Amino acid sequence: MTTIAYTLRDSATMTRRNVRRLLRYPSMTIVLVGMPVVFLLLFVYVFGGQLSHGLGGALSGGHVGRNGYLNYVAPGVLLLTVAAAVQGTAIVVAMDMTSGIIDRFRTMAIARSSVLTGHVLAALIQTMAGLAFVIGFAVALGFRPTAGVVPWLAAIGLLGLFAFALVWLATALGLAAKSVETASNTPMFIMLLVFLGSGFVPASTMPAGLEQFARYQPFTPVTETLRGLLTGTPIGSNGIEAVAWSAGIAFVSYLWAIHLYRHRRAS
Amino acid sequence: MSTTGQSAIVAAGVRKAFDETTVLDGVDLTVAEGTIFALLGPNGAGKTTMVRILSTLITPDAGQVCVAGHDVAREPDAVRGLIGVTGQFSALDDLCTGLENMRLMADLNHLGSSAGRSRVSELLDRFGLADAAHKPVTTYSGGMRRRLDLAMTLVGNPRVIFLDEPTTGLDPGSRRMMWDSIRELVAGGVTILLTTQYLDEADELADRIAVLDRGRIVAEGTADELKRRVSGGHVRLQVPTARCLHGAVALLDGASYDEEKLEIEVPTDGTVSALRHLLSVLDDGDIEVDQLSIHTPDLDDVFFAVTGHPTEEVLALP
Repeated sequence: MTTIAYTLRDSATMTRRNVRRLLRYPSMTIVLVGMPVVFLLLFVYVFGGQLSHGLGGALSGGHVGRNGYLNYVAPGVLLLTVAAAVQGTAIVVAMDMTSGIIDRFRTMAIARSSVLTGHVLAALIQTMAGLAFVIGFAVALGFRPTAGVVPWLAAIGLLGLFAFALVWLATALGLAAKSVETASNTPMFIMLLVFLGSGFVPASTMPAGLEQFARYQPFTPVTETLRGLLTGTPIGSNGIEAVAWSAGIAFVSYLWAIHLYRHRRAS
Repeated sequence: MSTTGQSAIVAAGVRKAFDETTVLDGVDLTVAEGTIFALLGPNGAGKTTMVRILSTLITPDAGQVCVAGHDVAREPDAVRGLIGVTGQFSALDDLCTGLENMRLMADLNHLGSSAGRSRVSELLDRFGLADAAHKPVTTYSGGMRRRLDLAMTLVGNPRVIFLDEPTTGLDPGSRRMMWDSIRELVAGGVTILLTTQYLDEADELADRIAVLDRGRIVAEGTADELKRRVSGGHVRLQVPTARCLHGAVALLDGASYDEEKLEIEVPTDGTVSALRHLLSVLDDGDIEVDQLSIHTPDLDDVFFAVTGHPTEEVLALP
């Protein structure tokens, strides 16, 4: 077999290993998926009635009131799902790196990259499964996307791309963490970014400084593109920005993660 | 591939420091193919660092290392394809069963599915793990974990195996089982380098032993060679009466005695002629002796002699 064939084979083996590990440790996935579900319920049923009054024109598709807010907030909650899932990725990677089996892998003639690729692909599968669940949950509550087949595929593609970028970022954070505890804390800022963007309320309702920040941080264009694809709000230049941010984060995080893995101080 | 007499491991002038602290200070060692080599030393001597260098996990600051015919620095992947490592800390996937851990190794060694399956079940049988194969490894005892760890290392049929403290923390029964497994491996032609803090383990298993202390090899040889390097051999005589005791002590050079126990210790080099001489002296003096036992120096004596007092006389030994 060629080197590429071995790399693919080892990556597939490692992905299977990590998926199995995630299945064996379901409580973490449940907690990670449970969090956006709780936020969805909280924002729709506790804050949603009041929030929908202030949104006016931002509500789309003829939905009003609590139901209108549900349709507004659902894309934000989907990104919260991604942010929560990758927090788990950082923990899983850090846990794995502190275990003896990684040293075993490093003394074997396997594709070096496969250890990280396995983590990333398994985390991506986990995140996409979590997203499917949260979408189903939102639809059960009354979320009514207006998207046809192509916009749906585009939305899934964007979620996948953005999740891929954040999974690499979380993998790098997990590798950089000195301990599992640190790894569980550092990705917290990713979750905060969902709130400091247009996920829950339009950026235009924020004070000037915060609005500027919200406008230029990656979650806002991704949220707006997703919202546009699913519920038909205008997308404008957000689509290109969303793809550019995702590609950029993925690329930089990938290089960072590989660097950390190679130069991991062997003690 | 007949390579009798070749060296499976050659290390020359290996140095390694972590943040100013020198861990290895010029280590040379050569391990012949098909033999067991023990690196003996206390905690912090540098044993694990040496194993990590030999097994491509870390690179030395200086020195050359050749394992299974390949330079570790230039062809690490070629080396990785031929070695197996069982570290000091268990390298198992705790969330998986024993069988799943073994299958993972079969997949990563690129064994085909049927070859992998038969290799895995053969090894599980051999290490007495077949019954526990479907249980998660968190339910395994310390000895079972260690055996699974070694079994995982063997899936890829390594030619050179590194075992870092393979029996530390094991109960005597599991320890003996591990020793038997290690001996079996060498009978099959592989080369083993193991580290240990236990002198009896090195004595029991190793063809050659190197004593590592503070990053340097302070003594090297077969167990017998090392034992010969230290004094400490003596003959112990048990006599029936105090009269015999004093009579014997007067006749024997350098004898020490215990009047309470009626015991005499006479230093000896352990040769037959020295023993014959001792007996004839006792006979001639008409000294009655109840019991005689010969105490040869064990590795403990060696160990303390070479690490406790790293003096010129020890270091100057050939």
